[in-house]
Amino acid sequence: MSRQEEHMPDWSEYRGVMIYVEQRDGVAKNVSWQLLGEGRKLADKLGDAPLMAAVFGQDVEHLAKEAIYYGAEKVYLCEAEELRHYRTRPYSRLMLDLIREVKPEIVLFGATATGRDLAGAIATHLPTGLTADTTELDVEPPPSRLLLASRPAFSEKMMATILCKQYRPQMATARAGVFAALPRDPSRTGEIIRIENQMSESEIAAEVLEFISHTGKVNLEEAEVIVAGGRGLGGPEPFAMLKELADALGGVVGASRAAVDAGWISHDHQVGQTGHTVRPKLYIAAGISGAVQHTVGMANSELIVAINKDPNAPIFQFAHYGIVGDLFKIIPALTEEVKRRRTLFNVEAPKSESAAATEAAATAAANSTEAENSKNSTELMNSSKSAESGG
Amino acid sequence: MLHIVVCIKQVPDSREIRIDPVNNTLIRQGVPSIVNFYDMHGLEAALQIKDQYGARVTVVTMGPPPAEKALKECISLGADEAVLVTDRGFAGADTLATSYVVAKTIQKAAETWGPVDLVFCGKQTLDGDTGQVGPGIACRLDLEQLTYVVKVEEVDPVNRTIKVHRALEDGVEVVRTKMPALITALKEMNKVRRATLPGMIRAARYKPIVWTTADFPDIDRSKIGLKGSPTIVAKTWVPEPRKIDCTFLEDDDPKRLAEKLGEALWEKELPKKMGWVS
Repeated sequence: MSRQEEHMPDWSEYRGVMIYVEQRDGVAKNVSWQLLGEGRKLADKLGDAPLMAAVFGQDVEHLAKEAIYYGAEKVYLCEAEELRHYRTRPYSRLMLDLIREVKPEIVLFGATATGRDLAGAIATHLPTGLTADTTELDVEPPPSRLLLASRPAFSEKMMATILCKQYRPQMATARAGVFAALPRDPSRTGEIIRIENQMSESEIAAEVLEFISHTGKVNLEEAEVIVAGGRGLGGPEPFAMLKELADALGGVVGASRAAVDAGWISHDHQVGQTGHTVRPKLYIAAGISGAVQHTVGMANSELIVAINKDPNAPIFQFAHYGIVGDLFKIIPALTEEVKRRRTLFNVEAPKSESAAATEAAATAAANSTEAENSKNSTELMNSSKSAESGG
Repeated sequence: MLHIVVCIKQVPDSREIRIDPVNNTLIRQGVPSIVNFYDMHGLEAALQIKDQYGARVTVVTMGPPPAEKALKECISLGADEAVLVTDRGFAGADTLATSYVVAKTIQKAAETWGPVDLVFCGKQTLDGDTGQVGPGIACRLDLEQLTYVVKVEEVDPVNRTIKVHRALEDGVEVVRTKMPALITALKEMNKVRRATLPGMIRAARYKPIVWTTADFPDIDRSKIGLKGSPTIVAKTWVPEPRKIDCTFLEDDDPKRLAEKLGEALWEKELPKKMGWVS
């Protein structure tokens, strides 16, 4: 496909890849580090493109350092009480001004509720194109430097590659669990640039009154192991059995729509078309027949095990390992087997995301004397204008 | 009285779309059109506010003329007015161009029926699947943006505030803000009512209001349709279906069967993949 004949505006002012680092209470979402990993690849392919990160919040300086350990060369850090909780207006204003000032050619966000909320607002303000929910990213080498943002479409039946030729930056949200983070390396160095918050509390109408953290913490999209149950479980009680296996594997419990519709388990556990799309390292489907509704949400899991009493269940077409039999006997036996193996091989209990992050934060704090150029750059954003709101 | 605008979209039921195995194209023929179901939960939320506090509910959609059917469905449930904004020039719009036209439509609805206090959208559409139009409209109309809402806890028409619950990946956030605000609805928000007989009779007689670009004298034609869309689809392809040969493990004894599976998973380096060992 030749694009030479097409008129491309001069984008030479726009250089680099910027990643928005999403966090809550000082703990970053894994997808942020995954995007830095992917961003590194894109930046390397572009050549003269710095990899940048934006870290906003209160008491998040350690995350700016973490961003460097995960590959960022420059981190724009803004700490302010007004930014303690994510709110659309102050965050979008800050990100918008940062983009206008720094002019990255590519900006990536996690395709999370917050990432989509923020990216949607910014893309309209700028304005520029925004591709949602990408699962493959690539760039054309210079001179075009185009971002090739690919995403599943029509219930994952197709893939589409989307371009944004006439506007900069090129923006996309990207799914959690798809891209690989670089190994965390505290010897990496980079520059931390402090920027000023743009909005005072009196200008922000939204108040976050409360955050009710999910008890049991079902985060299917970030889970590395999912043990999912379906109609074959016959009722709500057997989910406790799945939970035991999930716990032994350091994973979480998922469910098919049939089990959710029957009221056996809450919707936040649902995998599939009207639930979550997941890509764990291990997916165990127990008593799930494998309707399209379900398989579109889990078929890309790295390793799939299916347990079903019906040898003709379609789920076996998606599974690497299949067991035809009684899940009520096999699941408890498997739980014991996993526990046995993990003791045998002296494997310690898996760390939860937050535990790992806390540890990382502690390490970061301990290493705070390391050489990062932290400079105060108040001039950077003094000339900001109020965000446009017109059509 | 509160004025609530509900944005809806008629979409092909993407769950019914199949791929032609011969030429790898989408088979759209015979695929039913439905109202994007997230939007219906937005409508239900608006109707519940109407029931409780009194409100005028206006439904708007951008789309081809057959979308009138979707609007009539909304009227049958209790919406007061329904507007179809349609024009050949809108074709090929991406989320940026769509939010421009829908924002213009809401502005015109405000001029026609009074200032708008709340706008409801679905969390995302089944066909576009982006969740970007809601934030786009909020941004263009300078509305408070409340995405991924599972519950409207409180509407205070006097102090003009609204308190909602937002469902995020890791928990529920309770947030209060001022109106006017835009809310994107999740399906857990409510159960959509059924049409009443009087509702159905009204819908059968109702002619949706149709606006075209001619009704928007100040519309910027460079911002609509394909021309106003920064993103373009460069190519589509059908991913190779993963050819998996399922290895069936067999044993009459569940314990031995579990051992076989354990061995297989360890052979596939599960402990390493999981970071249990370095």
